[in-house]
Amino acid sequence: MNAAVLDHSHAHGTPRASTAPGHGTGGPASKRIIVGYGFWIFLISDIIMFSAFFAAYAVLAPATADGPSARQIFDPTSVAVETACLLLSSFTCGMASVAAGQRNQKWTQLALLVTGLLGFVFLLLEAREFSGLVARGDGPTRSAFLSAFFTLVGCHGLHVTAGLLWLGTMMAQIYAKGFRRDIQHRYFCFTLFWHALDIIWVAIFGLVYLVGLNL
Amino acid sequence: MFGKLTWHAIPFDQPIPLLSAAFVGVILFAVFLWIVLKGKLPYLWREWLTSVDHKRIGIMYCTLALVMLVRGFIDALMMRTQQALAFNAPGYLPPEHFDQIFSAHGTIMIFFVGMPFLIGLMNYIVPLQLGVRDVAFPTLNSVGLWLTAAGALLINISLVVGEFARTGWLPYPPLSELKYSPGVGVDYYLWSLQIAGVGTLMTGINFVTTILKMRAPGMSYMRMPVFCWTSLASSLLIVAVFPILTATLAMLLLDRYVGFHFFTNEAGGSPMLFMNLIWAWGHPEVYILILPAFGIYSEIVPTFSCKPLFGYRSMVAATLAICLISMLVWLHHFFTMSAGGDVNGFFGIMSMIIAVPTGVKIYNWVFTMYGGRVRMQTPMLWAVGFMVTFVIGGLTGVLLAMPPADFVLHNSLFLVAHFHNVIIGGVLFGAFAGYNYWFPKAFGFSLDERLGKAAFWCWIVGFYLAFMPLYVLGLLGMTRRMQHYDQPEWYPWTLIAEAGALLILCGIVLMAVQLAVSIRSRARRREPTGDPWDGRNLEWATSSPPPIYNFAVLPNVEREEPYWGMKSKARESLQLSAEPHYEPIEMPRNSPTGFITALFAVITGFSLIWHIWWLVILGLVGAYATFVVFAWRDVAEIEIPAEEVARLDRANRAARAAALKEATA
Repeated sequence: MNAAVLDHSHAHGTPRASTAPGHGTGGPASKRIIVGYGFWIFLISDIIMFSAFFAAYAVLAPATADGPSARQIFDPTSVAVETACLLLSSFTCGMASVAAGQRNQKWTQLALLVTGLLGFVFLLLEAREFSGLVARGDGPTRSAFLSAFFTLVGCHGLHVTAGLLWLGTMMAQIYAKGFRRDIQHRYFCFTLFWHALDIIWVAIFGLVYLVGLNL
Repeated sequence: MFGKLTWHAIPFDQPIPLLSAAFVGVILFAVFLWIVLKGKLPYLWREWLTSVDHKRIGIMYCTLALVMLVRGFIDALMMRTQQALAFNAPGYLPPEHFDQIFSAHGTIMIFFVGMPFLIGLMNYIVPLQLGVRDVAFPTLNSVGLWLTAAGALLINISLVVGEFARTGWLPYPPLSELKYSPGVGVDYYLWSLQIAGVGTLMTGINFVTTILKMRAPGMSYMRMPVFCWTSLASSLLIVAVFPILTATLAMLLLDRYVGFHFFTNEAGGSPMLFMNLIWAWGHPEVYILILPAFGIYSEIVPTFSCKPLFGYRSMVAATLAICLISMLVWLHHFFTMSAGGDVNGFFGIMSMIIAVPTGVKIYNWVFTMYGGRVRMQTPMLWAVGFMVTFVIGGLTGVLLAMPPADFVLHNSLFLVAHFHNVIIGGVLFGAFAGYNYWFPKAFGFSLDERLGKAAFWCWIVGFYLAFMPLYVLGLLGMTRRMQHYDQPEWYPWTLIAEAGALLILCGIVLMAVQLAVSIRSRARRREPTGDPWDGRNLEWATSSPPPIYNFAVLPNVEREEPYWGMKSKARESLQLSAEPHYEPIEMPRNSPTGFITALFAVITGFSLIWHIWWLVILGLVGAYATFVVFAWRDVAEIEIPAEEVARLDRANRAARAAALKEATA
């Protein structure tokens, strides 16, 4: 064995006490930064997953197999209302953040409730669109185009559903535990998630519906 | 009630899987019984299964990898034996069984040996090298481990309940569609990879966050050890491409379960879409595997050459270049599938370009050794064996990157030889090097050198014997995945390959013996200072095994190779630095969340495979409930008192002071 010697140099402060930005100058970043940063990375991965579904849709959109094309099945009014609901829910989610920042239980809960209701209306409209298509015989098994369409839009719908489940759990938790620090971190992640669903919807609205209606 | 699951699912007519499963079952039961009788069950649960300590999680990942290596290797041995026997003969494996074996072999070796082995080493070492106390999300880390284990369990269940895929390690449609693969084999493949893939993604997110946001004071980017850099690059790739795998497998699942038309021949589906999507994940995946291995060599070569790494900055640049270019080469996996000359040309050139940063790395390691005092201990042997072997694999890779050559060689054993050349010679040798190098860090005693060297020689000679003949066979025109053949000129080469596989078996047995012998003689192998190899980075600056909090006080990093700097200072001044001021340390509390979530994942996956819908719902509700319970807990951390920290650190300092005295006396 070689001479093995240890020298612990001085370093004061534990990770939780540090507010350093994480560039290695002052040690580990704070919990708040780490949680938010990690969740951003997750959102990026989620968006990459959507991009695979977008790519599949782009490839398969012309493959209608003598079935209906995008132009024949999209209902612009319904999509406009859906979009309005979702964008509005992002606004109310932002209001909830303002209320949460002031630790106002009543307004936080109320704004979150409205957010959830708007999300729910969005899901109802999407379900109506889907069930209408299936009833007409234009379900996802009809053609590759419809498979890709149902999967891409349905995957977003599934995310909204998961978001609603999270929202409900979050409301219960804020009600039961108040604005504890770790719950604030979690709530911050929820708002990021909810807004990210909007970003993805904007892409779906543009690339699927608007392009499809103009084909 | 039980969906498609009946007694017919158990292959009573096939003795090989049933007997081997029974054998494994008996061993598992015996181990379990031994643990219960020794009264160790509560210890196992408290200290391991529910642990969120990155070090314990790392050890469990590596254990999973080693166990699955045995399973994957037995598959390989069975295939080699089949081909050695099946010249003008049916051999001993019927085609449908042979097909399952080569599919399982590839799937297991990539997802449940390569990935967990390297992720395990990353888990153990990266936080130590960064000089911090844990990863960014400790409980998520545990969830990731157990989801990977859940995927592995599902694959092993397919041995006795139902069947495994017969479609190769990547289930190309339309063969993998319901029409041509109506059994549950492909479903086993898909669900176990979906579950394990989620675990891998969690690990990727965790390590990107850890490396970018949690480093000891003073640990700037250009002071990070190269293993941290390659782990970062690998984690970034995981975040960038595993979602594509999830999406692609989801599309195939939708095709199979509810009659969608993503990849079918009918209704406008496009099998080529699958090729592109799966390889957009699949090619970066091989760099996800090799980059951490490159990092391991970059730790070992300087340590055993007693010299800093040559060209640190070029090593970092090469790592990041590989990370980027790895996403621009996927099409070389299907040059022959009518992409056209221009597209093939682009991807062929990119595939050749990616060899350049890899070459830079090889030169850096060679120049690190040049002029150094090289100690040929077991980890270094693996590293040198890698350098020689990997260059051969890299060159045949560049050969295959030429579309005209690929048109001749694709789907032949030449290709099989190439990717085993780089994956065994690169990834597996790296994992073994890291295992021998960091074992004393993890357990406080070293592995037996003599047996370690013997295992290395069996492995490397066995590797050349087993795979060089496959290059020849490929050039002779033998395609991959053949259950039998009638060409007399192929026969002798398959026999040589079989001999090589048997020699590798000796290597595996010797590694098991090495482990057993070292554990038995651990009392005299103890290493009190924590630095058996005269290491250079921070993982050696703490005791072996490190205390749960890694460092009594976070080290202050003033240069590259910070531990070497600390040691040099101590050697010059003939004393350790002054004793630090100890404070209480908060560490995350253990949590059964990961284990229980994975249990529900197994239930959900299994019932999805067999169409037991009520159980699917039960599994999902259970997983959700587990998370809510976790989210509801009030005390997330335990505090370790300052006296305890001081006691442990003083013991380690005493050992190091004694070693310093001895060395300078």
